[in-house]
Amino acid sequence: MQLINQEKVQQIIDSLKNEDVYIHLEMTTGAYAAHLDSSKHQAANFISNAVIRYSHGSIAGSGQYRVGLKMVQGWIYSEGLTHWEENETERLLLAGHDSQGKLIVSLQLSRVPFG
Amino acid sequence: MRQNILVILPHPDDEAFTVSGTLAKHIQDGDHVTYACLTLGEMGRNMGIPPFANRVTLPAIRKLELEDSCRAIGIQDLRMMGFHDKMIEFEDQEQLDGRIGALMKELFPSIVYTFYPGYSVHPDHDACGRAVIRTIGRLPNAERPVVYCSAFAKNHQQAIGKPQLVNDVTPFLQQKMASIQAHRSQFQAAELVGSKQLDDEEIRKRFGTERFWIYPFD
Repeated sequence: MQLINQEKVQQIIDSLKNEDVYIHLEMTTGAYAAHLDSSKHQAANFISNAVIRYSHGSIAGSGQYRVGLKMVQGWIYSEGLTHWEENETERLLLAGHDSQGKLIVSLQLSRVPFG
Repeated sequence: MRQNILVILPHPDDEAFTVSGTLAKHIQDGDHVTYACLTLGEMGRNMGIPPFANRVTLPAIRKLELEDSCRAIGIQDLRMMGFHDKMIEFEDQEQLDGRIGALMKELFPSIVYTFYPGYSVHPDHDACGRAVIRTIGRLPNAERPVVYCSAFAKNHQQAIGKPQLVNDVTPFLQQKMASIQAHRSQFQAAELVGSKQLDDEEIRKRFGTERFWIYPFD
């Protein structure tokens, strides 16, 4: 993955609006967080291949980015995104990696389900 | 006499860190090893340093790494069971136990390696061990293989005592390190091996011993 190019990510967000798309949304501190450091509160969630539709979406920030997608009822929000996959033009793959390179958050949108 | 060995663990690289040296010895002794890996570790957080994988490509990459690791150890029979990473504890128990039971029936292993339920930190590890113990526990006493469990939760020895099997695997460190390093997207993580080159003494100290507890069925 590459560091986020805000302008190009915005283009993909725009290209996927107003249609049903599959979303993968995830955030995790890692399954070993509390084992490695007992002061850490271990938490994670993900939702995979839910179908959503947004009428308006944008990416904001610098270096670490936020994405907000406005749906007919409600919002989708993700913070801490650092990387995207520049070779993907039909779908959006965004992730946030921490200082050790580990994935901590991801937001993905696609017209076809993720495997 | 040639034994059938069955290893049941949830993630590619679990075999490398817990049992690869022990398996390399089994294989040298002429035993036949089947490794049933429940998932492809597709929800892992490590993507390589620097990251070369992503959420979408990770399962295919980890599948190749798993095959490389098995080659490095000499494992003759790899079964990828196709369950979803992080979801073992939520799987349909009947389906999970059925798949494990089918392997038992097919292979009649004399030894099974898995994680000690309750003392293996990751929910997938505990759920994998629970399913293996549940399935083997249903077999008649005489048909049960010995089950060697790996455990590494904090304070596990206070609950389950000292390991009954302490294997010095230093003669098999070449296979073990090759197995670990086959997991290219994973092993450089700080809590696993790290990015710096380890010297021989450090490798012996950190990876030279594999410990197992015999699961007490009765």
